[in-house]
Amino acid sequence: MPYSDKVLDHYENPRNVGKMDSDSEDVGTGMVGAPACGDVMRLQIKVGDDGVIKDAKFKTYGCGSAIASSSLLTEWVKGRTLDEAGVIKNTQIAEELALPPVKIHCSVLAEDAIKAAIDDYRHKHGEVEAGASGQD
Amino acid sequence: MKQPIYFDYAATTPVDPRVAQKMSECLLAEGKFGNPASRSHKFGWEADEAVELARRQVADMVNADPREIVWTSGATESNNLALKGVAHFYNKKGNHIVTSKIEHKAVLDSCRHLEREGYEVTYLDPGEDGLITPESVTKAIREDTLLVSIMHVNNEIGVINDIAAIGEVTRAKKVLFHVDAAQSAGKIEIDLETMKVDLMSFSAHKIYGPKGVGALYVRRKPRVRLEAQTHGGGHERGMRSGTLATHQIVGMGEAFRIAKQEMAEESERIFSYRQRLWNGLKDMEEVYANGDLDSHVPGIINVSFNFVEGESLIMSLPQLAVSSGSACTSASLEPSYVLRALGMNDELAHSSLRFSIGRFTSEEDVDEAISQVRNAVEKLRELSPLWDMYKDGVDMDKIEWAEH
Repeated sequence: MPYSDKVLDHYENPRNVGKMDSDSEDVGTGMVGAPACGDVMRLQIKVGDDGVIKDAKFKTYGCGSAIASSSLLTEWVKGRTLDEAGVIKNTQIAEELALPPVKIHCSVLAEDAIKAAIDDYRHKHGEVEAGASGQD
Repeated sequence: MKQPIYFDYAATTPVDPRVAQKMSECLLAEGKFGNPASRSHKFGWEADEAVELARRQVADMVNADPREIVWTSGATESNNLALKGVAHFYNKKGNHIVTSKIEHKAVLDSCRHLEREGYEVTYLDPGEDGLITPESVTKAIREDTLLVSIMHVNNEIGVINDIAAIGEVTRAKKVLFHVDAAQSAGKIEIDLETMKVDLMSFSAHKIYGPKGVGALYVRRKPRVRLEAQTHGGGHERGMRSGTLATHQIVGMGEAFRIAKQEMAEESERIFSYRQRLWNGLKDMEEVYANGDLDSHVPGIINVSFNFVEGESLIMSLPQLAVSSGSACTSASLEPSYVLRALGMNDELAHSSLRFSIGRFTSEEDVDEAISQVRNAVEKLRELSPLWDMYKDGVDMDKIEWAEH
């Protein structure tokens, strides 16, 4: 299957690969997907007192499109407030990376991952949101 | 970009130059272009002679009578003809068929078709080693069983079924036995004089012949009957009509002749390369070879790299032509049905690659593959949250994953 140049770029030079301490107060962690389905994403954000995302890290088990989707997302969320990051849509990711229809689920997973990370952070800070799925 | 190194000989092989030469002699006006069925002139006679020589060459490799070889368009057609042809001809005797869950789709889909026509099919589970035992076949045979169809060598994992032993069971129970030998012919010994196999499917392009031609062995003693699935002219003793493709058939004959002559030496070399490849990978953590490695064709090895997803692994190996045990590249997210049938969990099945080695593989190719695969696996594990968790000692079976 031919991959777009942007997918290849993120795949070959993934941005912001890494792991943060998920127990830390200023870190929100979202882990989505399942090994049995062939993709698992862990997206972590470090949030400042001003509610702005200072840093983001990811690790992804999955196909090239899944890796590229999460790599791109870490770039996009840095410098955004939680509210701004929370409205990123999978369609924007899919469009930016020119994902083919069979790979749209990769972008959906990335959207789920950032939402889960934001929920986890808010949960830690007493702002309980429904459907929080942060774990680790 | 330079050509990737070919490690997909189980998918198909390039045509051997000796085969291409023979084929090219059957195309042009000055060559043997005639219709083998033309009885009235030299052009037809020459083509017929070439086809009959090829028939002997194919029969010789498996110790059969040339009159037991029926030309087809490939192993897929041979499998279709064997299953549907036998089921339709013997439908008064019974309507039950026994096969396995890890057959090629040409057998499985033919069985599904027969089920829609009202036949009953039992799909046997292989053991964890990928093998179908004669005992499991014995247990599955019923009063109304008319056919057992078991592959000789599995295309994804390369394990060899003991078809001689299964043939003893089917013959004793008076049930016909079909074997898909697409992956075994020319790779391991087949002796149809001693093996009690009634029908066997062959392909040319898996052993350096052309695509688009194959054969079905149909035993004469005891005689096996088939209902033709293609009608029009009564070629191939009525079992498969259609003008014979002289150049394809001649190519298949030459490919089988070469295989018979060179198999012993070639198998030894290919086996040593497979060992070299596996020895170069097996010391990595969480790397497994799938299927029984003793009862195994020399050229295929299927390896699972735990915590690395197969499609991304292939993507990071642009210089190697390998195939994924996972069907993730298709629209389906289902991992390989073969690996799952072995009882492997979905994660490992998603993390598998099949390497298949052949006539034109070199030792340097193998060493290059080892180094590239090691690098790619290391890189992807650095990216893998599952690898992190494994390293941190997290029990992943205890996590409630959100299946999607």
